[in-house]
Amino acid sequence: MLAFVIRRLLGAFLVLVAVSFITYLIFVKIPGGDPAQRIAGKLATDQNIADIRQKLHLDDPFYAQYWGMMQSLFSGSLVSYSSQLNVVNEIKKGIPATFSLCIGAAIIWLSFGILVGVISAIYAGRFSDRLITVFALIGISMPVFWLGLMSRYLFAEGHPFSIFPDGEYVPLTVNPWQWFVHLLMPWWVLAVLFIGFYGRVLRGNILDTINEDYVRTAKAKGLPAKRVMVKHVLRNSLIPIVTLFGLDFAAVLGGSAILTETVFNLKGVGQYAADSVQSLDLPPIMGVTIYATFFIVLFSVFVDLLYAWLDPRIRPT
Amino acid sequence: MSSAGNGDAPLVEVQNVKKYFPIRKGVLGREVGAVHAVDDVTFAVKEGETLGLVGESGCGKSTLGRTIVRLHEPTEGKVIFEGRDISKLGTRALRPLRREMQMIFQDPYASLNPRKRVGSIIGTPLKIHGVEKSQRRARVQELLETVGLSPEHYNRFPHEFSGGQRQRIGVARALALNPKLVVADEPVSALDVSIQSQMLNLLDDLQRELKLTYIFIAHDLGVVRHVSDRIAVMYLGKLVELSPAEDLYRRPIMPYTEALLSAVPIPDPDLSEQRERIVLQGDVPSPINPPSGCRFHPRCRYMTDICKEVEPPLVDYGRGHLAACHHPLNVDRETLERAKVSRRHTPDAADDAAKPRDSSGRSDPVPGR
Amino acid sequence: MAERLIEVKDLEVKFHTEDGVVNAVDGVSFELQRGQVLGIVGESGSGKSVTAMTLLGLTRDSNTSFGGEVIYKGRNVLDMNEDELQDVRGNEMSMIFQDPMTSLNPVYSIGMQIGEAIRVHQRADKAQARRRAIDLLRQVGIPNAESRVDNYPHEFSGGMRQRAMIAMALACNPDVLIADEPTTALDVTIQAQIIELIDRLKDEFNSAVILITHDLGVVADVADEIIVMYAGRVVERAAKRPLFYDPQHPYTWGLLGSIPRLDRPKQERLHSIKGTPPSLIRTPKGCKFRPRCPHAFDKCMEEPRLENRVEEPGHLDRCWLSVDEKRRLRVPTLEGTEEAA
Repeated sequence: MLAFVIRRLLGAFLVLVAVSFITYLIFVKIPGGDPAQRIAGKLATDQNIADIRQKLHLDDPFYAQYWGMMQSLFSGSLVSYSSQLNVVNEIKKGIPATFSLCIGAAIIWLSFGILVGVISAIYAGRFSDRLITVFALIGISMPVFWLGLMSRYLFAEGHPFSIFPDGEYVPLTVNPWQWFVHLLMPWWVLAVLFIGFYGRVLRGNILDTINEDYVRTAKAKGLPAKRVMVKHVLRNSLIPIVTLFGLDFAAVLGGSAILTETVFNLKGVGQYAADSVQSLDLPPIMGVTIYATFFIVLFSVFVDLLYAWLDPRIRPT
Repeated sequence: MSSAGNGDAPLVEVQNVKKYFPIRKGVLGREVGAVHAVDDVTFAVKEGETLGLVGESGCGKSTLGRTIVRLHEPTEGKVIFEGRDISKLGTRALRPLRREMQMIFQDPYASLNPRKRVGSIIGTPLKIHGVEKSQRRARVQELLETVGLSPEHYNRFPHEFSGGQRQRIGVARALALNPKLVVADEPVSALDVSIQSQMLNLLDDLQRELKLTYIFIAHDLGVVRHVSDRIAVMYLGKLVELSPAEDLYRRPIMPYTEALLSAVPIPDPDLSEQRERIVLQGDVPSPINPPSGCRFHPRCRYMTDICKEVEPPLVDYGRGHLAACHHPLNVDRETLERAKVSRRHTPDAADDAAKPRDSSGRSDPVPGR
Repeated sequence: MAERLIEVKDLEVKFHTEDGVVNAVDGVSFELQRGQVLGIVGESGSGKSVTAMTLLGLTRDSNTSFGGEVIYKGRNVLDMNEDELQDVRGNEMSMIFQDPMTSLNPVYSIGMQIGEAIRVHQRADKAQARRRAIDLLRQVGIPNAESRVDNYPHEFSGGMRQRAMIAMALACNPDVLIADEPTTALDVTIQAQIIELIDRLKDEFNSAVILITHDLGVVADVADEIIVMYAGRVVERAAKRPLFYDPQHPYTWGLLGSIPRLDRPKQERLHSIKGTPPSLIRTPKGCKFRPRCPHAFDKCMEEPRLENRVEEPGHLDRCWLSVDEKRRLRVPTLEGTEEAA
């Protein structure tokens, strides 16, 4: 088992290196104007620009720049081109909001996704199943930003139904209740897509598992229906959900909830990433990419281990 | 059952073939052991002949079958087809050979792509080997008729057929390119008893019509008797007995064969009661760490010390009947002496003896072939 | 006369599907006594598995309708509600299935799966259930039971898995063990072991066994009585020796003739029954076997009743031919000298 973990972590490291390098290459090659020029401002002279270029090593060969950027990133000194702010600090500032959003939404989407999946499987083919399917598909199809904007339009303060505060993040430490209330809409908006998706996947898994021979055996043993459903059907149907969840959660933690964060102005890591991409600001882009990749890679190792724990057939002997 | 071979050269030969599957452990995936699926097997099959390859699960018969058609590459040893060593050939070089050797698989439910229509399933080999579309359809329909299905079935999906019919589709697919050699891997094990007999009769007919050579893999000595000229018995990767079919049934030499024979159910209550049922204890041991000496010794009721220490060689007991055993059954003193003297355990000598002849060794006269 | 455990009377099971009504079981009757082994022989589509599963109420569904009665210890199984059925299943009547690999849950240990029935039906705690599971594993001949009880199904070989399934089925000392094709997925040498095991355990547990198979060879040793099913009906019913030595139905002859015999000289051609089993939706008129029967004649357009036509009292069959004709006509099929299809 240990060997398995070590091998996966080594692989993870290689992935990190590869992703960071490719991202770097992409953004260096995108035509977007000279960062030095943008930093220097409108009134800069050619000499100013040249100076900045030299200071930022922009004339060095790209691999040297890459290496330099990686070094400053990991030593915490990397500074954004446009805002002169320290990238790592900015990311750190966004983490509480992103984590609050993602963990809350994850709890919601996992519990409701499972609920929806189980109900639609039990009533498969009947009206309730079809109804749930329609809603699930709507949830999956609705663009998150549209849903977010509509929620704000209808339910936020200052708007017709005025139930919730209009976005913005309130740190937990400052005011727990406000923290909670401000996050309710973003949580649901982010979760809706996943609830629909997970519900559908789980429904499919359950319907497949119900026809498995071992479920027939469980029934033939005279086990109560509930036990058959939970211990035999769900236990096996949920395994693929675990993998999905691990990767989805890692992705949103890593800032993939960009749209939700931006729509509700939560100023999390995702929003920071969105802003940086818009201004083609390479240092924060690299920073967020590494941060996101780290989570995804870590979680994928974790999910693999979890999968092996859940399914004895997968365990490396 | 067979036709006389063309000349003396065998169609396919395996020489000291081994197939091991590595077991990897540790960070770097070091090979810590191996599954000895096939462990030094040698025999030859003549054109037009049927060799039955029999053994329990885990004896390596399926692996051997797949190695022969080069679905696996042998770890050691050679596979020779029509005189040519195909053991290490690459995919490119193998492709034209694939026309000549085909496989029928065991599970009629798993071996047909459920999303493809029957016409496509049977036609794909033709397509791969460059047969024109117009000719393909005609050929597929011809094949459907040959295996006893209707040309109308061309556009149906596998799930619309019964197990026996699906197996026929598998046979049609194998025959599409007019192969010389067909390796049938337990083709009837998954079928009901009366469908089994239909399928066996069909395979028999096809062999005669199309001059096929079969390697027929099975775990049931009853089934294999009907189709085989010679039978090879495998145990834990080793060839333990090789004999012309009828001789195997009349005088099994290796105790394992004896046990296999006694395991075949006889639908006759009195006979069944009277005969001695040798029920082997335990399961087949793991091919990762096979027992020392004779691999069968832990389950053999005639076992003695030598069986634990020395692996018995394959000895020719006359008339093409070879067996590997320290305590051979059904062998008279004379033959035993002769065998000890001429310890030639290369099956080549034996295969010569097995060449179809009108007299010696054949129980039923074979009418007009 | 031993205690009568099960009495099936004119059982009918119909599946209502989009393509029509599938008459899976169409008037089946039999009895099972304690200590007896009843063999139900038939091929795919004969209704044998559906019959077996119906005894445990496992075929219940919104699309299934039933007829007739299944009397177990005085109660009609078809009338029992789900709770009553759960009490019976795994406890008084258990079942083992064909493929032990897929019939065991891959994520739980063998010990847990054996112990589950004990914990549910006998209210044992985990430790007691585990101990009992180890005992059972030993009884079914699995070596090193103490350590193997924690293994997972994929760590067992096919034969051992089937033994574990038998252990699981016998965990609560059921009166009836239903074995649905228990050996079909196994090697011939293991088949012999499993059948012998079932026979021995039947006596140790004082149970009755219903052994379902498509191979008459399998029941030649252990069955006391055999029923042969075709297209949802019983076509012949007899004690073991009369069935094998005086078979009265052409389908039975076909089954017997199809088995390659080691005790006889090799046949030129194996007997096979021409054609395929009929659709259960549009069943042929008259005798269901008529389209495939080489001896059919005009009376066969009317379906024969299952009756005792032969001297042996318990021997029933569903064929219009006279007993003499049967004894004459079956010879080529049984002896393998017939020109087969």
